[in-house]
Amino acid sequence: MRCPACEHMLYKRTVEKNLTVCPECTHHFRIGAATRISYLVDDGSFQQILEDLTASDPLGFKFRGTTYKQRIKDDEKKSGSKEAMQIGKAFIKGRGVVLGVMEPNFLMGSMGYVVGEKLCAAVDKAIEESLPLVVVSCSGGARMHEGVVSLGQMAKTSAALAKFDEARGLFISVLTDPTTGGVTASFAMLGDITIAEPGALIGFAGPRTIAETIKVELPEGFQTAEFMLEHGFVDMIVHRKDLRSEIARLIDYCQK
Amino acid sequence: MAEWGTLTGKMPSQNISPNNGGYLDFEQKVAELDDQVKELRGLGSTKGIDYSAEIRRLQRERVAELKRIYSNLTAWQTVQVARHPDRPLLSDYLNLMVKGFRELRGDRCFGDDRSIVTGLGRIGREKVMVIGQNKGKTTKEKVDCNFGCPNPEGYRKALAKMKFAEKFGIPIVTFVDTPGAYPGIGAEERGQAQAIAVNLMEMSRIRVPIVSICIGEGGSGGALGISVGDRLAMLQFAYYSVISPEGCAAILWRDGSQAADAAQALKLTSTDLLKLGLIDAVIPEPVGGAHRNVHDVVHSVERYTVKTLADLKRTKMENLLENRYKKWRSLGTSVTIGARGKPRPTKARIKAVAKVASTKARPTPAKV
Ligand SMILES: [Zn+2]
Repeated sequence: MRCPACEHMLYKRTVEKNLTVCPECTHHFRIGAATRISYLVDDGSFQQILEDLTASDPLGFKFRGTTYKQRIKDDEKKSGSKEAMQIGKAFIKGRGVVLGVMEPNFLMGSMGYVVGEKLCAAVDKAIEESLPLVVVSCSGGARMHEGVVSLGQMAKTSAALAKFDEARGLFISVLTDPTTGGVTASFAMLGDITIAEPGALIGFAGPRTIAETIKVELPEGFQTAEFMLEHGFVDMIVHRKDLRSEIARLIDYCQK
Repeated sequence: MAEWGTLTGKMPSQNISPNNGGYLDFEQKVAELDDQVKELRGLGSTKGIDYSAEIRRLQRERVAELKRIYSNLTAWQTVQVARHPDRPLLSDYLNLMVKGFRELRGDRCFGDDRSIVTGLGRIGREKVMVIGQNKGKTTKEKVDCNFGCPNPEGYRKALAKMKFAEKFGIPIVTFVDTPGAYPGIGAEERGQAQAIAVNLMEMSRIRVPIVSICIGEGGSGGALGISVGDRLAMLQFAYYSVISPEGCAAILWRDGSQAADAAQALKLTSTDLLKLGLIDAVIPEPVGGAHRNVHDVVHSVERYTVKTLADLKRTKMENLLENRYKKWRSLGTSVTIGARGKPRPTKARIKAVAKVASTKARPTPAKV
C-alpha cells in the first residue's frame, strides 16, 4: 500500500503493527471502530451496550433508484457493524470508562437516530456508574437519509451532555480524521478535554462546500487538527501510540 | 463517493427571483387572472363601463385558484415559497408585533453579527428577549446580514443575550430564518461548530421558557443553533431540513438539479415535520402564502406566541426543563412516516434491546 501523505510504499502488515500509522511520516490512517477499540482498551475489556440497535428509516428515504434501507444493508456487510457507533464499558490502563467509538465505514460515520441514542445511552451509563466518558469521533456529520430526525440528534446529544456536565462527569472527546458537520457542531465539540489525532480533518462545513461558496483557494493546513489547536478549539494533539496513556493520565487528574 | 463533511452542507441558497411581479413558476394562472382584472379596470375607467361584477367573479376565481395551488404544494414548491423575495422577514415581525424593541448588540468577544438580531421588547403584554435571524430586504441590508447566514459570533451573541434573559427571568422568543450557518474561512477559524454546539447544550438548560418559530428557512445546524427550546412552531409554508435540497441532490443524486426530488425525500414541510415530531405546531399562512398578507401572518404568529408563553409560564421550572429534554430525546421514536406510514413503537424496542444487552454483558478483569 502507498501512504497518501508521504507516498512511500509500505507493507500492510508493517503499518498494522504500527497502529495503522505510517512508519515513515506518522500519517494516521483512518481505522474502523473494532480496530480503534482494540488499540484503545485493555484486551477483552470492552462490553458492548445496545449492540443490536438498528436504524429505522423514519422518512422511508429513497434516492436515485435505491433506498436508505438498502444502503444500511450494504454498509452492514462492508463494515461488519450494525451502525455508525459502538458504545460500551471498558478499561483503559485499568481505569473504567464508558466508551463510544464511531465507525467510518458505516454510512461515513454519519449520525442518525441510533448514533444519537447510543451517545445518550453512554452518557446515562456514565452518570449511573460515575465513570468518565470517552468518545472517539469519526464522522461526515448528520445523516441526511434521516432528515430532521438526524438533525435533532445534535440537540439531543448536546442536551444529554448538559446533564452529564451537571453531574460533574468527565467527558474526553477524541477527534479523528474526519470529524465534520453535525457531529462537530454537537457532542464532539463539547468535551471537558478535547484531543485530536495528528492531521485529522476537523471542521463544520466541508472544505469543498467552503471553496464553492467563497470561490477562494483554501489556505494550506485549513481545518486540520493543527489548525484547530492553533485557533483554540482542541487541548492537545496526541499520537495514536500515546492515546491510551494520555487518557489514563487525564482521568487520574480529574478523579475526585 | 461524496466528500466528507458535506452531509450538513451549509451552502447559502440562491434567491429565487420570480420572473414577473413576484409570481412563482406554478402561479401562472393567478398571474393571468390578475392581468385580466387589471385590464378590465383599465377599460372600465377609460370607457366608463361598469365591469365590477366581472371583476368580482375573476377575483373569486383567483382566490379559488390560490387555494387550489397552495393546498397541493410539492415540497420543492414549498421551499420556493419559503424563499420568496417578498416573504416577511424578522424585521417585519419586529416592526409589527414587538413593541418597544431595544436591540442589544455584540457578542463581547469578536463582533456584532447582523444576521442575528437580539434585543428586549414586548409581545402582547409579555416582556421577552427576541433572538432572530435576519436576511435583509435591500441589497445593502442583505450584504450586511450576510444573506441570513450567521457566523460564530452571531451564535455567541444569541447565547450571551439568552443568559442575560435567564438572569432576569425574561422568556425567550426566537425567529428562525436562515439558509444555514455560513461556510467560510473566518467562520471555521472562529469555531462555527463549537459555537453551535455550545448553544445546543446551553439552551437545553436555560431556566426561562423558550419559544421558537421558523418563519422561513430552517437551514440545518445553523437554524437549530437558536431552535432548542420548549416549543418549536413553524409557518405553514416554511421548511426545516438537515441539508438544503440542492446540497442533498448534489450528494445523493450526484446532480444538484434534482433538488425537487431531494426536497420530496427529505420530508421538510410543516405537515411532515409535525408528524415526525420535530415541531409542536403549524401556524397557518394566509391564502397564497405569507408574502400576500404580511399583517395577517404576523398577527397569527403573535397570537401563537402570546398563548404559548402563557402556557409555559404556568409550568414549574423543573418540569419545563424535563419536558424540554424529553422533547428532544424522544425525537424519531414515535413515528415512521415512510412508504408504509405506520407508526412503530421504537421506544419499546430499544428497552427490549437494552435489556438483552445488559444480561449479555459479563464482567471482565482489568488489565493494567
Ligand atoms: Zn507516510
